Amino acid sequence: MAEALQIRRRTPLRLWLSCGWLTVFFACAIFAGPLSPQDPLAQDLLFERLPPFWASGAEPGFWLGTDSLGRDVLSRMIHGARIAAIVALVAGFGACIIGTTLGLIAGYYRGWVDQIISRIVDVWMSFPAVLFAILLVAVIGTGLTSVIVAIVVIDWTRFCRVVRAETMAQSRMDYVDSARIAGFSRARTLFREVFPNVLPVIIAVLTLEMGIAVVVEAILSFVNLSISSDDPTWGGMISEGRLSIHQAWWVLVFPMITLFLTVLSFTQLGEALRERFDPVLR
Amino acid sequence: MSFLTIQDLDVRLRGSGQRLLRGVSLEVAQGQVHGLVGESGAGKSMIGKAILDVLPRSVEIAGGRITLGETDLTALPAKARRHELGQRTALIPQDPLTALNPARRIGGQITDRLTRVLGWGAARADARAVELLDEVQISDPARVMKSYPHELSGGMRQRVLIAAAFAAEPELIIADEPTTALDVTVQKQILKMIAAMQAAHNTTMLFVTHDLGVVARVCQRVSVLFAGHVVEDADIHTLLSVPGHPYSQALLSATPRYDDPRASLRPVPQSVIDATRAEAEAHDV
Ligand SMILES: Nc1ncnc2c1ncn2[C@@H]1O[C@H](COP(=O)(O)OP(=O)(O)OP(=O)(O)O)[C@@H](O)[C@H]1O
Ligand SMILES: [Mg+2]
Repeated sequence: MAEALQIRRRTPLRLWLSCGWLTVFFACAIFAGPLSPQDPLAQDLLFERLPPFWASGAEPGFWLGTDSLGRDVLSRMIHGARIAAIVALVAGFGACIIGTTLGLIAGYYRGWVDQIISRIVDVWMSFPAVLFAILLVAVIGTGLTSVIVAIVVIDWTRFCRVVRAETMAQSRMDYVDSARIAGFSRARTLFREVFPNVLPVIIAVLTLEMGIAVVVEAILSFVNLSISSDDPTWGGMISEGRLSIHQAWWVLVFPMITLFLTVLSFTQLGEALRERFDPVLR
Repeated sequence: MSFLTIQDLDVRLRGSGQRLLRGVSLEVAQGQVHGLVGESGAGKSMIGKAILDVLPRSVEIAGGRITLGETDLTALPAKARRHELGQRTALIPQDPLTALNPARRIGGQITDRLTRVLGWGAARADARAVELLDEVQISDPARVMKSYPHELSGGMRQRVLIAAAFAAEPELIIADEPTTALDVTVQKQILKMIAAMQAAHNTTMLFVTHDLGVVARVCQRVSVLFAGHVVEDADIHTLLSVPGHPYSQALLSATPRYDDPRASLRPVPQSVIDATRAEAEAHDV
């Protein structure tokens, strides 16, 4: 009993904190220009490796310090949020649309269609994902578009599997039979009856996927396979900050914390959404 | 002259060809309630699903004929059969929890059939739905129409399902254990209600249950099913007083009696089960 109460009280807090952070994240992404105190690309060797505002030797206007080229860390992080958000949204929805469509079809129509789709998913998933992404970007070239394509191409299977399983479970329910008896075609039964019940799961996976997309983008930037290293990305900042960790820890630590919190928020929100919208738990 | 006729219905598992229904035949006269009893897994639901053309994908009809009135359903192309069934049949499913779509309001789920099958306008269908909810004794039908299934109790959901089944005035209703998931007091009310509605609408009904006690209350004729094989088909009085088949006898002794709840119960003896199984499987050649 006490345990149940605790869980119930903890869920909204988790949800609020995650929503709060993601609001900040998306706000930074949208208003990166006006929100940034400095030009994220401007180098100034006189201001290199300035510490964050509370340390001695800090300069006003450079709140979280500067990197070894004298670029403002905070401004670069804010612009990095824009790239992360674009990747999260575009890649997340891309993978979602492909995976959901195939998952619905496989889970509802079954038979040979299902066998083909499931086989493709199995083969697809037997590749190690990150290696696959690196390979793909190496082949089609670096850049934001290739990162997004890589994530979609790899992660649609995640949606496909979950959606297929949920569609199968829903299709066994009596209400699906009732819809068929009431004269609904298969396609209409799938979209009007089954799909709305699969939707909560899709939204939850989509939220989780956005977190994953942010990580993958960071990894690809870290190994320099994302967009050009001048453009500010969190992964790129972490990669550069690593080299000067002893002289300027802040260049590494702030983007890392931001990355961690963003991914954590997506994950927490995904879980919370699932609990909230799952018709069985509701 | 029977209204629903099933002749030698043969249903098998796709692939392995394992037989789930072994030449099932039965006839239901217009306006009658025909019981279908048997233990779990006997194939009761399969018969209902075969009639309504909603068999699971893993299963196929390997032979036999299903006739509704003058129409041979098995001879119709899929689309025409769907249409025919939509106009003339309805289902009261077993589990009120999964029988209503959790993502849709109750009202739409009742009126679907009316707007879809009979081509009624929305206002007329809504009025009809309210009328039927009244008939199944739901107070405040307007509020229930706007509710989601999870906002209703199990008994209320089952009433909604009954209302939905009768809404389009189908000629045949298949009730698949409509009271099994409910507790005993609610069960009795719902049974009474189904019987009353059936009589008032003069609907033909195939009533699936594993409970002979329930059969005794609502059915005029009964088929006893074992391993996909009809072991006995008799009118209800004959079955309850002088059951012809040893399996029916054993099933009767295994059923608690409403008039004498303390009468001793004997489980169906293994020897009877074995003999009946042999009889069912003798069909397979
Ligand atoms: N989707 C399915 N795929 C394959 N076999 C199935 C499927 N559903 C049921 N069966 C098999 O068909 C047989 C008959 O099942 P059916 O559901 O008709 O039993 P029932 O008499 O309705 O039992 P219950 O009282 O448990 O509902 C069982 O042996 C069962 O294992
Ligand atoms: Mg059943």
